[in-house]
Amino acid sequence: MSHNHLVFTDNDPQNETTTLNLGPTHPATHGVFQNVLEMDGERIVSGVSTIGYIHRAFEKIAEHRPFYQITPLTDRMNYCSSPINNMGWHMTVEKLLDIKMPKRVDYMRVIVMELARISDHLICNGILGVDTGAFSGFLYLMEEREHIYEVYEEICGARLTTNIGRIGGFERDFNDIAFAKIRKFLKNFPPILKQFETLFNRNRIFIDRTSGIAAVDPETALNYSWSGPILRATGVDYDVRINEPYSSYEDFDFEIPVGTSGDVYDRFIVRNEEMWQSLRIIEQALQKIEKEPKGVFHADVPEFYLPPKEEVYNNMEALIYHFKIVMGEIDAPKKEVYHAVEGGNGELGFYLVSDGGRSPYRLHFRRPSFINYQMYAPMSRGMLLSDAILNMSSLNVIAGELDA
Amino acid sequence: MDKLNNQAVLQKITARFGERITIATEPAGLLTFETSKENIVEVLHYLKEDEELQFNFLTDITGIHYPEQALPIGVVYHLHSLTNNIRIRIKVFLEADKPTIASATPLWEGANWMERETYDFFGIIFEGHPNLVRILNVDDMTVFPMRKEYPLEDPNRVDKKDYFFGR
Repeated sequence: MSHNHLVFTDNDPQNETTTLNLGPTHPATHGVFQNVLEMDGERIVSGVSTIGYIHRAFEKIAEHRPFYQITPLTDRMNYCSSPINNMGWHMTVEKLLDIKMPKRVDYMRVIVMELARISDHLICNGILGVDTGAFSGFLYLMEEREHIYEVYEEICGARLTTNIGRIGGFERDFNDIAFAKIRKFLKNFPPILKQFETLFNRNRIFIDRTSGIAAVDPETALNYSWSGPILRATGVDYDVRINEPYSSYEDFDFEIPVGTSGDVYDRFIVRNEEMWQSLRIIEQALQKIEKEPKGVFHADVPEFYLPPKEEVYNNMEALIYHFKIVMGEIDAPKKEVYHAVEGGNGELGFYLVSDGGRSPYRLHFRRPSFINYQMYAPMSRGMLLSDAILNMSSLNVIAGELDA
Repeated sequence: MDKLNNQAVLQKITARFGERITIATEPAGLLTFETSKENIVEVLHYLKEDEELQFNFLTDITGIHYPEQALPIGVVYHLHSLTNNIRIRIKVFLEADKPTIASATPLWEGANWMERETYDFFGIIFEGHPNLVRILNVDDMTVFPMRKEYPLEDPNRVDKKDYFFGR
């Protein structure tokens, strides 16, 4: 006699929907994302995204920090490409202070930013492969991301949360090893990216899994304020690097790849193509740096650029400036600026309002992940669960940036 | 097509709205003006739908708080005309007690979370928003933390006061 006997009712279980908690710590979501989904079998009927699990109040903290201490906060937004955030922040402050960088610094920044873009797209496309069931591509790419991190390490000493550069330039010049590592990367990476594309681009299984999934038309994408590769995959050629060139991007010859259907496959191809373009940009930047005067790695702005330590110990002027900068004694202009850079997943904007004090009066981050992600739940309606997972991967939403 | 510049945009907007647009400035080259909460929907709608201007991309909505002003709570819109490649910033200032403004969600779906975030941190109530609830903070929070009356650090702490540093 079993106590667990089945109770039969007249209800047909197929008439009922189930609630599924996808996340916040689901292995397939690659980050802290929670979506409460109403499922009809494998199909999503409706869903609600819950965000804010790693909200750290960066905007509030920034109101209490001097400008140079905000750089480490920006690291922790999109941590797949933190150098872009760092540079974006430096350039925002420079715009506020009206400082112009020497060309060589601009080109050095371009190199770092494009390396960051490659590492961002690498992880996104690699993981997208993993989510479709193709693990090996990811492993090939991870080795290359390691090489990019080694370049960061050579330039600033850190790997993931880089805190790279300073307001007014870089903390030190790229050394010969850094240049050698960049050149080595430029030589070794193309065959591996080619191999990765061979694995995926014409792969029947991959195309079947991704083509036509989560297709978005350009009007909807613009209506939802999408930006970055996912917007370009719908066919809109908006790229901040072209529309509002910063850091001398106007000197470079590169193309903006666009897709046609805005589906997961197009986003994948657009990201791959952007990596090729980034390689082109880095190559050109290396050539341009050769022609610039050697050893220039910061602008001549002693009021804002921290002097080197040995000068602080031996030189009165440097000591004064060091003290003034660290204690926040130098007034910033009363102004408001908005500066946007093309981040790994879209337009990363900094809205900075200064009241002349040592820290921002108000700092707002326009975070592409946050704005891109709001379409996720509405667009998942009617989708298969496994396709929704792919969709999330290809949106490249980074939890740190989503929640700031 | 001739590229629009700030002056041309401002001229066009002033011709349309006249006195209802105030304090136009250009900090760091970005055209900025203020309007009132009665006019904001009309202004946004005009900027978005006008055939020449085409500010069709909503870059950002955020808030700002100036406690000493008569109308202390500000809403800041950043729009971008992708065809003309020009940006614009619009500000609306509201009263501190229950600040309300019309929602931009009928114009842009993307305004949804931006307005929720602004509500979450500044307590600005966007009328007509489909789901105006907290987004990043916990649901049972009672304050709007980005307002200036909520200091980040313990206000009794004295070791970081400015007068110790001669300010």
